[in-house]
Amino acid sequence: MLITPLIEEKAELTGGGLSPEPIVLSTRIRLARNLSGEAFPGWADEPQRESILERCFERLTQLPALKDGVFLQISDLTDLEKQVLVERRLVSRELIESTDGAGVLVAPAQGLALMVNEEDHLRIQGLHSGFNFIRTWDEVDALDTQIEDCLDYAFSDDYGYLTACPTNLGTGLRASAMLHLPGLVMRGHMEKVVRMVNQLGLAVRGSLGEGSEATGSIFQISNQQTLGESEQDILKRLINILHAIIEQENNARGVMLEKQPEVVFDKIGRAFGILCNGHLISSQEAVSHLSLMRLAVDIGVFPADKRAAIDRMSMEAQPGHVQCSAQADIEPGERDKLRATRFREQFATFPTLDFSNIQWTPNPSKEEDNGTDE
Amino acid sequence: MAKPEQCSHCQKPATIHLTQIIDNKIHKVDLCEDCPFKQGVTDTEGFSLADFMLKDPSAIEGEHGALRCETCGFTPADFKKTGRFGCPKCYESFKRILDPMLMNMHKDTVHRGKVPEKALARLSRKRRLDQLESDLQDAISSENYEEAARLRDLLTEAKESVNPT
Repeated sequence: MLITPLIEEKAELTGGGLSPEPIVLSTRIRLARNLSGEAFPGWADEPQRESILERCFERLTQLPALKDGVFLQISDLTDLEKQVLVERRLVSRELIESTDGAGVLVAPAQGLALMVNEEDHLRIQGLHSGFNFIRTWDEVDALDTQIEDCLDYAFSDDYGYLTACPTNLGTGLRASAMLHLPGLVMRGHMEKVVRMVNQLGLAVRGSLGEGSEATGSIFQISNQQTLGESEQDILKRLINILHAIIEQENNARGVMLEKQPEVVFDKIGRAFGILCNGHLISSQEAVSHLSLMRLAVDIGVFPADKRAAIDRMSMEAQPGHVQCSAQADIEPGERDKLRATRFREQFATFPTLDFSNIQWTPNPSKEEDNGTDE
Repeated sequence: MAKPEQCSHCQKPATIHLTQIIDNKIHKVDLCEDCPFKQGVTDTEGFSLADFMLKDPSAIEGEHGALRCETCGFTPADFKKTGRFGCPKCYESFKRILDPMLMNMHKDTVHRGKVPEKALARLSRKRRLDQLESDLQDAISSENYEEAARLRDLLTEAKESVNPT
């Protein structure tokens, strides 16, 4: 398969990048950019799209950050390969739905990826595990500056970078963090948090559907406004709000462990039991049990080095990945069986649950404390 | 009877019916489930109705009849349908209807972020060369040879700074 190198290489979200940490699962920044004098991808005809794709691939594959990467045209991929790319967050659903002139360039380790002819001509993405906005921004910013050397961007003095949709106008910047908030979900406080975050001009989405425990208590928070503020100010605002949410989550975990530790331990114990002994586990169920395993690491039930293993399993438990590893076309029922078999094998290597040494005051989040003053 | 239950943004069946009172006027809009989310508008309190309020786009007049982008042929009706523009020039063509929308969508209507310095430097070098060329031609045709000599030196200097030999 064309995507085999991407599945096999050590990647950012599967333990091959920055070390994973509690609460903030990953950081993502994307820039929307377009070429001057060309119709946007949604309005361009097929020959125009093809010629833009060709020009972008020809120039961008020469850049130092990308030259050893993987370059794929969407039209060359099978449906399964497309799904795996979406699950790895390297491309969007919109990109894989396009029939012609669409492609993706993925840098080694998958921390940088570039979609061509999605909604905009270029979507530059930086993705790291953990809370790493400054580093991610520096990398995306540097790549964007290199691209300026070889392509003329559509830019206006008033409106900044011109994008197909006016909601991305100006900086073209969308920054988001994937947050693991089981404490706030258990305490029933998510609704309040979502309202607060919305009022501050940010968007909250459940990563896999709307907020219930079944989704693994994972939420994505991102900026909405892109025009009228500098990139640094947008990031600073987002980082400050994320710090407030992290603090709330730590408090919620503390309250749960102080007042109802048996509720938390019971959830963790049952989830571990199913992962160790189940024979049919759906992807939805996997997300929710693995979420509790991550919480177990955070509060000291498992050693910290298990966090990366859990993140890797979360990635590989997704339907496309399971299908891919089976190396055959299998039915959803077969997938649930294979997924459960993998879990039994992998959790057999875990130590037994140790509830005697609970630490619920994790170190304050290490990074970003100084905002983005540079 | 009831009005057609169609999303005013994408023509899919509408399931969300929103009424807002702005300046004592009632505005109603019907939306499908997807559009508000696609636009990232999940908070009805901060919902920007103006995004969906481009009323009867064919009635918007340009200088030469109905408004359309000279470069790519895009019209306000296309924008209403897709929520996206056709090409970078559309931002100039539709500035008049765009600015009020941007006011609702963003912090401000003026860009304060990164500037593609290198691309702009390329452009401004080219503009300077063009200007010097045209000034030089003017000086020659008005037989102002002293000025022409000065401009020629400037031009040579400017060209050398772009392509040092």
